[in-house]
Amino acid sequence: MESYDIVIIGGGPAGLAAAVSAKRGGISSILILERDRELGGILNQCIHNGFGLHTFKEELTGPEYAQRFIDQVEELGIGYRLNTMVMEISREKVITAVNREEGLFEIRAKAVILAMGCRERSRGALNIPGYRPAGIYSAGTAQRLVNMEGLMPGREVVILGSGDIGLIMARRMTLEGAKVKVVAELMPYSGGLKRNIVQCLDDYGIPLKLSHTVVDIKGKERVEGVTLAEVDQSGKPIPGTEEEYPCDTLLLSVGLIPENELSNGMGVEMNSATSGPVVNESLETNIEGVFACGNVLHVHDLVDFVSEEAAAAGKNAASYVKGELRAESARTIRLVPAEGVRYTVPSMIDPDRMDETLTVRFRVSAVHKNCFVSAYMDDERVVRRKRQIVAPGEMEEIRLTKEQLLKHSGLKAITVKIEGV
Amino acid sequence: METRNLTCISCPMGCQITVEMDGSEVVRVSGNTCKRGEIYARKEVTDPTRIITTTVRVSGGKADMVSVKTRSDIPKGKISDCVRALKGVAVEAPVHIGDVILPDVAGTGVDIVATKNVERK
Amino acid sequence: MYDVIIIGAGVCGAAVARELSRYRVNACVLEKEEDVCCGTSKANSGIVHAGYDAEPGTLKARLNVRGNKLMERLSEELDFPFKRTGSLVICRDEEGMPALRRLYDKGIENGVPDLKILGGEEVLEMEPNAAENVYAALYAPTAGIVCPFSLNIALAENAYMNGIDFKFDTEVQEIVKIENGYEIRTGNGTFQTGYVVNAAGVYADKFHNMVSGKKIHITPRRGDYCLLDKNAGSHVGRTIFTLPTKYGKGVLVTPTVHGNLLVGPTAIDVEDKEGTNTTAAGLDEVISKAGQSVRDLPMRQVITSFAGLRAHEDGDEFIIGEPEDAQGFIDCAGIESPGLTSAPAIGKMAAGILREKLHLEEKDDFIAERKGILDPDTLTKEERAELIRREPAYGNIICRCEMVTEGEIIDAIRRPLGAKSLDGVKRRTRAGMGRCQSGFCSPRTMEILARELGISMADITKSGGASKLVVGINKDTL
Repeated sequence: MESYDIVIIGGGPAGLAAAVSAKRGGISSILILERDRELGGILNQCIHNGFGLHTFKEELTGPEYAQRFIDQVEELGIGYRLNTMVMEISREKVITAVNREEGLFEIRAKAVILAMGCRERSRGALNIPGYRPAGIYSAGTAQRLVNMEGLMPGREVVILGSGDIGLIMARRMTLEGAKVKVVAELMPYSGGLKRNIVQCLDDYGIPLKLSHTVVDIKGKERVEGVTLAEVDQSGKPIPGTEEEYPCDTLLLSVGLIPENELSNGMGVEMNSATSGPVVNESLETNIEGVFACGNVLHVHDLVDFVSEEAAAAGKNAASYVKGELRAESARTIRLVPAEGVRYTVPSMIDPDRMDETLTVRFRVSAVHKNCFVSAYMDDERVVRRKRQIVAPGEMEEIRLTKEQLLKHSGLKAITVKIEGV
Repeated sequence: METRNLTCISCPMGCQITVEMDGSEVVRVSGNTCKRGEIYARKEVTDPTRIITTTVRVSGGKADMVSVKTRSDIPKGKISDCVRALKGVAVEAPVHIGDVILPDVAGTGVDIVATKNVERK
Repeated sequence: MYDVIIIGAGVCGAAVARELSRYRVNACVLEKEEDVCCGTSKANSGIVHAGYDAEPGTLKARLNVRGNKLMERLSEELDFPFKRTGSLVICRDEEGMPALRRLYDKGIENGVPDLKILGGEEVLEMEPNAAENVYAALYAPTAGIVCPFSLNIALAENAYMNGIDFKFDTEVQEIVKIENGYEIRTGNGTFQTGYVVNAAGVYADKFHNMVSGKKIHITPRRGDYCLLDKNAGSHVGRTIFTLPTKYGKGVLVTPTVHGNLLVGPTAIDVEDKEGTNTTAAGLDEVISKAGQSVRDLPMRQVITSFAGLRAHEDGDEFIIGEPEDAQGFIDCAGIESPGLTSAPAIGKMAAGILREKLHLEEKDDFIAERKGILDPDTLTKEERAELIRREPAYGNIICRCEMVTEGEIIDAIRRPLGAKSLDGVKRRTRAGMGRCQSGFCSPRTMEILARELGISMADITKSGGASKLVVGINKDTL
């Protein structure tokens, strides 16, 4: 059986950054397994710009950002296989994969980095009633058709969901000649960046209807129209507020779900708030030597943070292979998401294993203005950072230092919360 | 005196900024909570620009389309001229990031360049 | 001039065609859609009922029990998934016991084998996720589940292999009595035939009433369903029905042959024979009733919802045979539940009538077996490796949720009566039927369809007709 020190499942932004970092961490036996026909993952279809401000201090398009990492992978001589689907990973880190050339094959790994990314929520998950004609696409599928195949999925478009993919697609469809009639958003606020609302909707006069959803889809063969209605505070449509929008296309941008079928199959413990694995400070799952990063771990807002997180996972995996990652001590400190915080990544910290500083990423559950992001070690507040605004669509982070943790002997839990709301 | 209302894009706050103008002169900026807001608003009302990204067809390549962008930002008012100028434009593989696909698009003085490598089939 | 024209390529039409193909006969199936299995047959519970539900002595009772018996052998001959998983009708209080016993008695009279009434504890032992307050249940071990698409497609393919003609996109507009038979006018030509089999589902009344003065009336009775992710597939191991009470009928919860969980249906009478739209009220009803007999249903795991139309005839009975005033016209009408279960028996019954009337002779070259699309998951690792060496397309996974390979999709397109659309591929291979609902695989399946059919991507449809998936190319209207 072939064997590698580190096998990375997925060659998107997370997998690429993890590979580069693991290689720089001193591991030469690395293999990336990618199911698509090229490296770069979803960035290949994200042709808009705005990527890389944190990482490269310049604004790049998705393919350019991906290419920066692909170039490093090539320069560092990191191996990868394309068009290769991983079918299964065993707890013992034997990976079963399939492709056209090699058929079904197995690879043994000392460490595995899970970097499979996420998928889009479908119409079914929302239980939108109506017919099931052609012309209903998730925004990402439409993005692939337009940006990679040059095909127009429709001419008159209604978009449900104002996350960034929905907003970006509103502009893309418009620039390619379609008429985007409206973007509807179930929540009373948009999950997308302000910049995208202005530059993707306002620039083109596309209305954004907050607290609205699709309550009916018309058309038996091809979409002929959708009905929008306003929703109340619990998200239920308000009778009498229905409005008809004739259109031939409905794009859905209604959330992303980490793709953890492989993780589940190998017995990785999952976090119900993120739909991703539970990880410790080393981004290691409950299975020793199995790490996770990027959107498979939790859905990110910016690819720069994916790269940063993945680099940490790659470095830790390298340490693990070299035997430098200490065994977990009994001193595990739990990270507890409290008021206004949905989750934290990681979920626990072993102070003996952590670096001098650790970035804890999290998301808030509602929009708050003029509030504080706070962290408590037992009863002592160790972080209190003023934020003009926090929103569920944006990932937040705090940094903890090893010094802080070591100062609190017997520390059991660190609580992260939003205060002053 | 003319007033323009803008949403600031500098951060998630999305301040509603009001700009009072006398002709093309900015008289007063209000509603912003920080300096970045004012800078954004002044630029947006006097010289709004955008980077445009789209795709063009490739022949003989490993992919059918290559993504492209304006090398730098162009006046907002030129967006539709810019994409229309790209209608029917096709290039032959190989194409590499930075290759000029269409020089001086729509008289903006800005080139359209490739943002992806497409190798020959 | 055909000997027989069958209207409708749903499961009944296909079953009749397959049985008829045993004989020397010149027959054709006319279907208004682009593929087989496009109406009622594609949107139902996929249950092989045991047969205790229908009133003793009715055709529904007789054909259900017979169809159930035939299903196993048929699934082996035609290679489609069928599992005899059993079913439970859950009764939640003592008040319901008389009704439960009545079901048992009807079952015995209908000839359903091995029926048993179980106490609440026994039920919970069998189905730990049954409702806590289960009082008793009728257990029918002979009930089962089947893939309705595969059954329908297998019957049609086998009929085609044995010489039955199929014409798609051929909507019957008018049926006129002529000497020695009927003339059938369609949107795709006019055909003459000695005999007609009316297996037109919700449209069967329309065609019947064109030739017979004894009018029948079919109401499309809509059923809304929710399909849950495979993660929820083992929530129950058998089909769980709720005993109807004075408060109404519940919904069933069942595993599917592919490992999903299906919840539904509602029963809403509609006017529109094409009214397969789900409604908010319908889906709400499914969700609210789902918990009656099964607890902790993970309704957050819904991956899709859909609705089907049952062909409910006013007389509440299958109508099979020749109306007195329309010789040569054989109805297979009013085929609602247990229609899927009964289909193999309906096929035999209708073909039997035709055999007698036409004095048909059996063929000696009838091929009873048909191989389905090879699913590489059913192979050993060695066999699979060998398959990919021979056909590398089987190493290329297209649908990652259902792990469907390019090889399977190519097979689905190239085989007799092959897929021509995205839905056609989906029904045959399950590509796009998983948790992402074709988000990832549809562009790739479209590419394969375009290549295999030699058409452009712009001509690929979701389900034939005007259901085009793309409408042009970038910037074409600028």
